[in-house]
Amino acid sequence: MTVVEASAATGKAAAAISRKPQRSTISDGSTRKSRTVRYVLLLLFLLFVLTPVYVVLITSFKTSSDTTAAAQWSLPQTWTLEPWRKAWDVLQPYMVRSLSLAVPAAIIASMIGSANGFVLARWRFPGANLVFAFILFGMFIPYQAVMLPLRQTYQDLDVTRGIPTLLITHVIYGLPICTLIFRNYYATVVPNEIIESARVDGAGLIQTYARIILPISISGFVVTLIWQFTSVWNDFLFALFLTQQNNGPVTLGLAALAGGQKVDYAASMAGALITSFPTLLVYILLGRWFIGGLMAGALKG
Amino acid sequence: MHGRIRTWGPGALVLLPTVLLLGYFVYGLIAWTFNTSLTDKHNARPVPTKHVGFENYVNLFGEDRFLNSLKNLGVLTVAFIVGTLIFGVLWALLLEKGVTGEGVFRSIFLFPMAVSMIASGVVWGWLLNPSQGDDARGLNRLFALLHLNFLENPWWTAGSRWTTMASIALPAVWQLSGYIMALFLAGFRGIPPELREAARVDGASEFKLYRYVLFPQLSPIALSALIILGHMSLKLFDLIYAITGPNQFRTEVPSVYMWNTLLRSDMAKAAGIAIVLLAVVAVLVIPYVAYTVRQESEE
Repeated sequence: MTVVEASAATGKAAAAISRKPQRSTISDGSTRKSRTVRYVLLLLFLLFVLTPVYVVLITSFKTSSDTTAAAQWSLPQTWTLEPWRKAWDVLQPYMVRSLSLAVPAAIIASMIGSANGFVLARWRFPGANLVFAFILFGMFIPYQAVMLPLRQTYQDLDVTRGIPTLLITHVIYGLPICTLIFRNYYATVVPNEIIESARVDGAGLIQTYARIILPISISGFVVTLIWQFTSVWNDFLFALFLTQQNNGPVTLGLAALAGGQKVDYAASMAGALITSFPTLLVYILLGRWFIGGLMAGALKG
Repeated sequence: MHGRIRTWGPGALVLLPTVLLLGYFVYGLIAWTFNTSLTDKHNARPVPTKHVGFENYVNLFGEDRFLNSLKNLGVLTVAFIVGTLIFGVLWALLLEKGVTGEGVFRSIFLFPMAVSMIASGVVWGWLLNPSQGDDARGLNRLFALLHLNFLENPWWTAGSRWTTMASIALPAVWQLSGYIMALFLAGFRGIPPELREAARVDGASEFKLYRYVLFPQLSPIALSALIILGHMSLKLFDLIYAITGPNQFRTEVPSVYMWNTLLRSDMAKAAGIAIVLLAVVAVLVIPYVAYTVRQESEE
């Protein structure tokens, strides 16, 4: 399985994981003892993964006098919403900006990616493979390598750096992954014969795309939208380079909230939860497609 | 010929904007960065710059601080990849035969992926508090509570490069092991059950079944995982920024060093660091992309 095949999966990989393991008729090779060991190990790993969650949750409900070293792991003496209120006051404008950034960035990149993917999978032209490699490489570059001139470009164009420039940036650098996901999606779900017969019947590209492709693209769109939304929401590097504290997205807000001279731990933890809420919601509601997106997209990192 | 262009034309036209945008924003800007790295633009003054050849690179590779950041990056990458693979593959192995509540385990192992590195860094920065003894905080305090005091340590603030960078890798392992689990779980489930049956009929032990039958089937997935993790680790920035702050020599890697250089308006040097980073990533990724595209076109 190559990157492309791994990502070709989109929904398929997620489905493969959810598939019930095929029970062997002979024996699954496990004894009762090994089963016990397995559960014990799994529970230990569960503790490892959930420990930070416990800490964030309890700390976010503590009064500042309650966060002493000795009481760090105990439940709050008095439960308070004060840290949440404090964090929300700081983060609220950042949250609004991040929403107005991540939603359109996800939609626009997905739409262009869908059209690109269709052409690369089913409306190929000579040299399409070269174009594909050209686009694919864009997925892997470290953004540090483009950051300086990118900033300069926006400066030369005399646009104020802020959410709009960040939005354009995320759309552009999201194009490779969206194109890739859709290309593989269409290559797996759309039989070439359908396209061929549509062509024979005289349907042009736009007609074929609008009548045949778009209606069956929903799960492809779900995957790219989730992927793009999550990575734009969680991005810090572009935000740091291309915006300022007072017009930046939520990752900058959180870094500021948690990075001051005198850190308010309770408010920082509440802030970490608040800023994670939208992506966690996506993960909880659309878990299956989220995995599909991971299969396709974590490549980009 | 004319008819052919009529059929190809629209498709090429659809891709044209993307190709132009990426041509400028990826390839053009990389060339620009490279060009900057060959100049003597070391401050914010708008004086004309001149080309100095590879001087900046020579200086970089003769500089302790840059070499330190490269070594840190190497150690971080090894710790991160090894840790994540061990956890991810182990979780996949534990789950692949099917356990009660598999969905719950899977979801919990995976959820850290949804969290931003900044948010996770805020939390892990708190957990990796270096204080020990009576004043112990974070994980050190937890170890004390569990009477595991011997585990208390200063994390990234003291000790060898290995302990330092492994402390930084720990949160990254926490975030990405679930993803590796998902990859391998999909791999295991994709192996036809007949293979297992046949091996068992032939009397293969569980160990031999995995060693000689199942794992070889998964080597392409392992390769993907390596490329993905390696290239993520090379670009790691947010987590270090959030846990240690950007200005820590002990945990500085090239991406962080570039940021620090930029704050001093040393454009030429920052560009040089960025190009070195790109070169390291390219060595890893170009063969992979070439291989991928060739395989695709054979189909």
